[in-house]
Amino acid sequence: MEITKNLDGTTLTLALSGRLDASNAQELTNELNASLEGVTDLIFDFTNLKYVASAGLRALLMAQKRMNKQGSMTIKHVDEAVMEVLEMTGFADLMNIEN
Amino acid sequence: MEKLTIDAKIENLPSATEFVTQALENSDCPMKVIMQMELVIEEIFVNVANYAYAPETGSVTICRDFEENPRTLCLTFIDGGKSHNPLEHADPDITLAAEDRDIGGLGIFLVKKNVDEISYKYEDGKNILSVKKFF
Repeated sequence: MEITKNLDGTTLTLALSGRLDASNAQELTNELNASLEGVTDLIFDFTNLKYVASAGLRALLMAQKRMNKQGSMTIKHVDEAVMEVLEMTGFADLMNIEN
Repeated sequence: MEKLTIDAKIENLPSATEFVTQALENSDCPMKVIMQMELVIEEIFVNVANYAYAPETGSVTICRDFEENPRTLCLTFIDGGKSHNPLEHADPDITLAAEDRDIGGLGIFLVKKNVDEISYKYEDGKNILSVKKFF
């Protein structure tokens, strides 16, 4: 997985590409812990994310909980296979997803 | 039936996945099913890697077989770690708000959602988890 980061004022966009799985979910958690200070709008761009497993969902839920306290979180351009996992687990209902 | 025995470590996840997905590709399995099985293998394998032998490590054996009419992939995961039935946990409540969501149990829930049959037994000191997927 690659994480491309763009901070514009207090809007942070993280574009993820590849696979968000047990081998790299911690990288995303570390990135979030390091970058969310002062951020009011967190945007995930999932255009190039092709796979997510429960370890990745855990990192996304952590981000959602934090952004509920300090602003908003949006996930954009979700791939079909990734969307299926988000729907199956109810994450699609508790997160703001824009396609 | 083919078998793969490897150390249950996260870094071996690609080997575990490939052992199954390559055979599926050779069987003209639809891509969607292959992707679902990748997720199933990851969730089961990671569970064994993280918990079965903790804090030690140990091995896991994956048995792969196919049945016909209907075409079925049969996988069995065998480890010699602590006795643990992943099917005895209640499914997570997926309707709760983020604040109330507990992340535990999501992995096995995803496994259950993506296979057609699942069973567990503890025999001769081994955890034996079997899944079947029609395709």
